[in-house]
This record gives sequence, C-alpha cells and structure tokens, in this order.
Amino acid sequence: MTTVLTARQLTRHYSVSQGLFKPAATVQALNGVSFELQAGKTLAVVGESGCGKSTLARALTLIEEPTSGSLQIAGQEVNGASAQTRKQLRRDVQMVFQNPYASLNPRQKIGDQLAEPLLINTSLSRVERREKVQAMMNQVGLRPEHYQRYPHMFSGGQRQRIALARAMMLNPKVLVADEPTSALDVSIQAQVLNLFMDLQEEFKTGYVFISHNLSVVRHVADDVLVMYLGRPAEIGPSEKLYERPLHPYTKALLSATPTIHPDPSKPKIKIVGELPNPLNPPPGCPFHKRCPYATERCHTELPLLRPLDGREVACHHAEQFL
Amino acid sequence: MSLLEINKLSVRFGDANAVPVVDGLDLKVDKGEVLAIVGESGSGKSVTMMALMGLIDAPGIVRADRLTFDGTDMLTLKGRQRRHIVGKDLSMIFQDPMTALNPSFTVGFQIEEVLRQHLGLKGKAARQRALQLLERVEIPGAASRLEAFPHQLSGGMSQRVAIAMAIAAEPKLLIADEPTTALDVTIQAQIMELLLDLQREQNMGLVLITHDLAVVAETANRVCVMYAGQAVELGQVPALFDAPTHPYTEALIKAIPEHSLGATRLSTLPGIVPGRYDRPYGCLLSPRCPYVQPKCREQRPALEPHERGAVRCYFPLNLNAEVA
Repeated sequence: MTTVLTARQLTRHYSVSQGLFKPAATVQALNGVSFELQAGKTLAVVGESGCGKSTLARALTLIEEPTSGSLQIAGQEVNGASAQTRKQLRRDVQMVFQNPYASLNPRQKIGDQLAEPLLINTSLSRVERREKVQAMMNQVGLRPEHYQRYPHMFSGGQRQRIALARAMMLNPKVLVADEPTSALDVSIQAQVLNLFMDLQEEFKTGYVFISHNLSVVRHVADDVLVMYLGRPAEIGPSEKLYERPLHPYTKALLSATPTIHPDPSKPKIKIVGELPNPLNPPPGCPFHKRCPYATERCHTELPLLRPLDGREVACHHAEQFL
Repeated sequence: MSLLEINKLSVRFGDANAVPVVDGLDLKVDKGEVLAIVGESGSGKSVTMMALMGLIDAPGIVRADRLTFDGTDMLTLKGRQRRHIVGKDLSMIFQDPMTALNPSFTVGFQIEEVLRQHLGLKGKAARQRALQLLERVEIPGAASRLEAFPHQLSGGMSQRVAIAMAIAAEPKLLIADEPTTALDVTIQAQIMELLLDLQREQNMGLVLITHDLAVVAETANRVCVMYAGQAVELGQVPALFDAPTHPYTEALIKAIPEHSLGATRLSTLPGIVPGRYDRPYGCLLSPRCPYVQPKCREQRPALEPHERGAVRCYFPLNLNAEVA
C-alpha cells in the first residue's frame, strides 16, 4: 500500500473585515486536521454545512494554501514547493464537484472538455488525445457519438459521468469528490456511485469523498472523518464509527439519518439548535452547546483528538459510550 | 368524504395533444393523514400539487374528472374565491426556504400579512399572534427575529419561518414540497419532527412530496409512488417497504445504499426516466424493468387495486407476502 495523501495539522484561517474601524475577525475554517490516505482507499469527510468540508477540499486540491500545517501528495511536500512542482502535483489531485450543471463548460463539446487536461499537461498528439478520450468515455458508460455533443444535451447523471471522466483523464493519484451525488435522484445516484467504485478498482485512485449523506458514506468509505466547526470530531475506520460512534456529534448525525426500516425501540437523539457562528465559536468544546452529554469541563476545556478503541476522538467523555 | 379528492387528473404543457406531465392520477387524502408522494425528478409529483393550488398558468392545461378540496371544486374556482382558500385552508411549503420568503420585507411583516388577509387580525393582535407562531416553530429569540430580514436567517430558520406562515391560518391541508432537501441532516430531523407535531396537534392532512424514501418510511401513513407522470403503486407504510409490489418501487428501495450494506455494488435500474419524446409504447417502465414480459411492451397496464393498496403492473411482486 502506498500513501498518496498525508495531512498533518492542516489549518486554514480566513480574515474577515468587520468594518472600517473594527479589527478584522478570524474564521477558523479548518483547524488541525490530520489524516493519511492510501492508494485505492476512500476517506469520507462528513459534517453539516459550515463545518469546513469544502475548505478542506480546496486545500487538498491546491486551490488554496493552508495557513499552517503540512500536506504531502505522494510523498511530496506541498507547502513551500516551487511553482513547477505545484503544477506537477496538481496533475495528481483532481476534483469532481457537486453540481454537474455548473461544472461543465456549456459552450465546449464534451470531447474537447475531456481532451483539455491532456492538451495542457501532456505532449500527446491530437489523434492520441482523441483515442484516450474515447477510451475513457467508454469506461464511464458514454457512447462514442457523445464526443461531439454539448453539456445541455445530457441528463444530470450523465453529466456527472462526464465530470468524473474529465477528472480521471490524467490518471490522478487522488480524487476529491465534493458531494458528487447530492444533486442526483436515488436510482441515478446508485449508478454514479457504482461507477466511482469501478474506477477506483481499476485505477487504484485514493478518494476523498465529501458528503453529508451518511448512508452513502457507509457504502463508499474505508475511513470516515467527522468534522464540526472546522475541527475533527472523530476519525477512524468506517465499520468502527458506524458500529459504535464515540463522539456525541457522530452519534447524533447517525441517529438523525432517516432509514427505510426505522426501529421504534431506538429513540432518536435530539440535538437542538444549529451550528454556532464560526466568527464567534463557543469556548471549550465547539459542540457543547448542542451536546446532550455536556458537563462543566466541556464549557471551558477544548478536547483534543486522542486515540480510543481503534480510532481517534475529540471528546472528554468518549469512554462512557464504549 | 375525504379532505382532498383527485380523480383522473392530467396536466399538459402545450396543446391538448402534448404528452401529459401528470397522467390520470387518482388521489385521496383524509383529515389527519400523512400521505407521501415519492418519485424521481420529472415524475410529476410537484406539478400535481401545483395544479391543486391553481399555480399552473398557460400554456399548462389542467383537466380532471374531479378535483375537490373540502367539498369545494378547485377546477372552476375564480381568483378571489381561490385566494380565500389557498393560504388559509390549503397551504404549501416549498423546497428552497431561501427563495420562498420575500427578501424585501421582515419576517414579522410576512407572517402578519397572512394573519391580516385571512383572519382579519391587525396591529398588536397580529404582532402578538406572529410572535406566538415563531415561538411555536421553535425559533430562538423569537421576539427579536420578528424584525429580521430573510437574509439574516439560516436555511433551517427560513424554513421554520415558511412553516410558521403556512400554519398561521390553521390550514386543513398542508402540502410540503421537499421541505428538507436543502437542509442538513440534523436540521432535517428537527424540521420533520416539527411538521409531524403540528400535523398531530391541528389534525391536519399533510401531503409530503419527496424523493427520499427513508424520510417517507419514518413519517408517512400512506405512500403514492409516481413514475413518469403516473401513479404506479399505492400502499401503506411500512408494508410497502417490506413487500413492494411494483418493480419500480422495489428498484427505488434497492438503490438506497442502506439496502445493500456490505456489497461493493449497488443494485441499479438501468437507463433514465423517459422524456416526452421517447415514451415507450407499453408500460412506461418496460425498457428499464428487470421483469419485463412481451405483454408489457404491447399494452399499458392500469392501476389495479389489491389487498394492501394498488399497483400498475401486469406481473406484480410480493402480492402474497406476509406483512406486519
């Protein structure tokens, strides 16, 4: 197994202007996230909107530079790397976005959009590019005649196939998928998820799969990272987290996810309120205001990630859920 | 008599020969009942309810043998009479809470508008009632939120305000069109619980339009599954989930990742919903159906009632299955 992606204490803060005479405030959008991703494995990142999932995606795809921390892609450190190296590294990390209606250029033919990564990054001839594009189109279930068509001629599911094909053109080591199926219907979602799994099997790509749908995550993920207000709440192997979540937030997320065979004997854990304002995060544990198990200690002391039962969890009282 | 009765409803866009978007739909909703309408995009679930609310404009054509709400014929109703019913006895919550509210007016003003129009409340009394409503939908710091503009609220809060407006005049029937699709899962759970509480409290009929079968399993009493404008299965919860009788319902349930725990591949229905120009000749599902027989390609099946509901299929599944 080769490690394709290593993040150590990855942090990204934004400075937000509060007006002319007030000092700028800081939003800690991403705070101390660490993980490793192996080739051919999937790390799922889950959490509510505003928890820092997309900031993480932007940092991983080198769209934004992290404020501090280290990020290694295939063993290469990204921070402080030369422009030349960064360009090379960008080939290895590709991205699929949430909305397939917005992520494809409406004025460019599908074939040209798929060939563009090759045009920019390789010295292949026109004929070779065309061959590669046709091969990839076949792989994602598009027909050869689709080469000449424009995005508006495709359904949402097909567009997501095109977006996925474009991301896989350069055979990247890491694919970051930001909510790739949340805009799709259930039956189409199943087709696209199957395609994701098939391509991973074939190319041994490492996936960072960002989603808020825990039922989808359980299907695709090897490891799961649960985030809350920019901080990791719990990270570990998928079976462990789903079998016995140790962070109250993970418990609440799982309990809030509706299921087709609801069990009336298991009462839902109610969590009240919404995500706190990231400009003004509560002291202590960021989750304590909504946590049914919060104690005095949670109000003042920030819990750090610590190993417990084969995963890492950031909660003072995680033992009681063992 | 049911609260809402729909008989042979069809909606077309264009001329009378256009392919119907909703095709011969029969539905009934009783007082105090939660009916879910499930289907993929383009199956006609929202259009059905828009037809009921009178929200379909030309070139849309609405035809029905019967479309009555609480004894009133909604088809022949004229503007002023319709406005007495819609928003009062019959109200609706939309999918995107951020666009459902008017950005130029405060939350308090928008709720009071409903109270003024339908209940004749004015001034202090209206303000008082608006405050109560905001408190009822569990908005923290309700008094200060009355003066807030929609852009100052989060998605979940906006949806709560939209719910407060919808229940302001104590409707008999509430239609919720994908009320939680745009929201996070923890907020979704809160909103669904609030809706069900209100439904029980006021003994309203609730029509829940959704594509999320898991939400249906947890909330509804009855389900109508739609495919390409037709109802393909009617059934009770949870029997429908334990023993679906239509191949499409079965495929929808199987496509949920939760259903194939541990498997590498999800079971899928190949292809996509037929568009208006590529309608199959026989059963609308026949090109995608795993159980298709020659008969299915020749003739379109009708919705046939059976012991547990109704199904539009010549070869229904699980008809004799034991269900709880």
